[in-house]
Amino acid sequence: MDLINLAVRSIFIENMVFAYFLGMCSYLAVSKSVKTAVGLGAAVVFVLGITVPINWLLDTYLLKPGALAQWMGPEYADIDLSFLSFIMFIAVIASMVQLVEMVVERFAPALYGALGIFLPLIAVNCAILGGSLFMQQKDFSNIGESAVYGIGSGFGFFLAILAIAAIREKISYSNVPAPLRGLGITFIITGLMALGFMSFMGIEI
Amino acid sequence: MAHNKETKKQELILFLSDTDEREGLLGKKNRKLLTDPLTDNNPITVQVLGICSALAITVQLKPAIVMSIAVMAVMAFSNMIISALRNLIPSRIRIIVQLVVVAALVIIVDQILRAYAYDVSKELSVFVGLIITNCIVMGRLEAFALGHGVYKSFLDGIGNAAGYAFILILVAFFRELLGAGKLLGYQIIPDSFYEFGYTNNGLMLLSPMALITVGLIIWVQRSRSRSLIEQN
Repeated sequence: MDLINLAVRSIFIENMVFAYFLGMCSYLAVSKSVKTAVGLGAAVVFVLGITVPINWLLDTYLLKPGALAQWMGPEYADIDLSFLSFIMFIAVIASMVQLVEMVVERFAPALYGALGIFLPLIAVNCAILGGSLFMQQKDFSNIGESAVYGIGSGFGFFLAILAIAAIREKISYSNVPAPLRGLGITFIITGLMALGFMSFMGIEI
Repeated sequence: MAHNKETKKQELILFLSDTDEREGLLGKKNRKLLTDPLTDNNPITVQVLGICSALAITVQLKPAIVMSIAVMAVMAFSNMIISALRNLIPSRIRIIVQLVVVAALVIIVDQILRAYAYDVSKELSVFVGLIITNCIVMGRLEAFALGHGVYKSFLDGIGNAAGYAFILILVAFFRELLGAGKLLGYQIIPDSFYEFGYTNNGLMLLSPMALITVGLIIWVQRSRSRSLIEQN
């Protein structure tokens, strides 16, 4: 039950885009059509679902204060490597993204063409690194929780980018004030959507 | 031998500023690098970079200022380092190299913040780490530092970070003023206002209003310089 609760929290309440503004750059840049948005969203779910558990393992068995003592003997108990976590996390993420890029290029060349330069940019998508950093902050007790959290936050991003892409496709038919067209109106719509998502606050299952 | 020395010197000049022409340290072109990002080429409102970690820390002015300084330091130095290495980095692995350089700088900034400004660093929490993936850093490295000299890249880093800081501080100013009636923790709106029935707008402190504030800033900016208006 805890896992379901965690999933709901990470998708709706602590939504990456609406609550923490993470992944905003690709969210704004790739949300012009639903098709590419789905591609990017799926890639983010996949990468988050893999990197968060891997980084959880790294954090628990290598970086946390005293983590080394669990498997290298008690003389390592007072070693704290947590200052290395940024560089370790980003290295894992960058290599995973490279892998995803190769897989997509091999099996879905059309999608690869559509995503263009945005696939390598997943490496610098704040949502991905943010997922790992929040995982570190939340102190999950096992790998299952971290995997659920990763996939859940990925779905949160997926949902957000899908919704905004659909809205932007429709909004091209409406008469937006010229200076607001494009970026401006997207920001304001996102703000309104975030207001909507705030209504999920406090839900417990 | 003298000839050799002359070419060496020429190479050094090219390496540093990538143009032959002599130019003062803050000549016209160099100054443009600093001032352009503040207005017509603003990283946030025009280039759409670096929104990710920016908005969540604009509830109050103080963390926004600290964050701006941190980003400025990271951008200036990462731009310089990558520009100095630009002829050595194979283009296939450049993203990893850039990430490592930026991550190392961010670790330094994070440790300094923890040592000297612990409470602010607690407030910023994961967002200091997220400077690594702040698109503005990577974006400028890719778009500028890889193709320009060391000194120009340094100026570009400072300029873009200043443009970023400008928006960040502007948003934080309005959010703290309207949301809490304070600036930098000091009360600005006098008590007499509250006695008349003025209340703080608590919504300004929540995340949606950060987005809407940026949207409004974009609106103001684009209605002032019409050339930035998008077609659809």
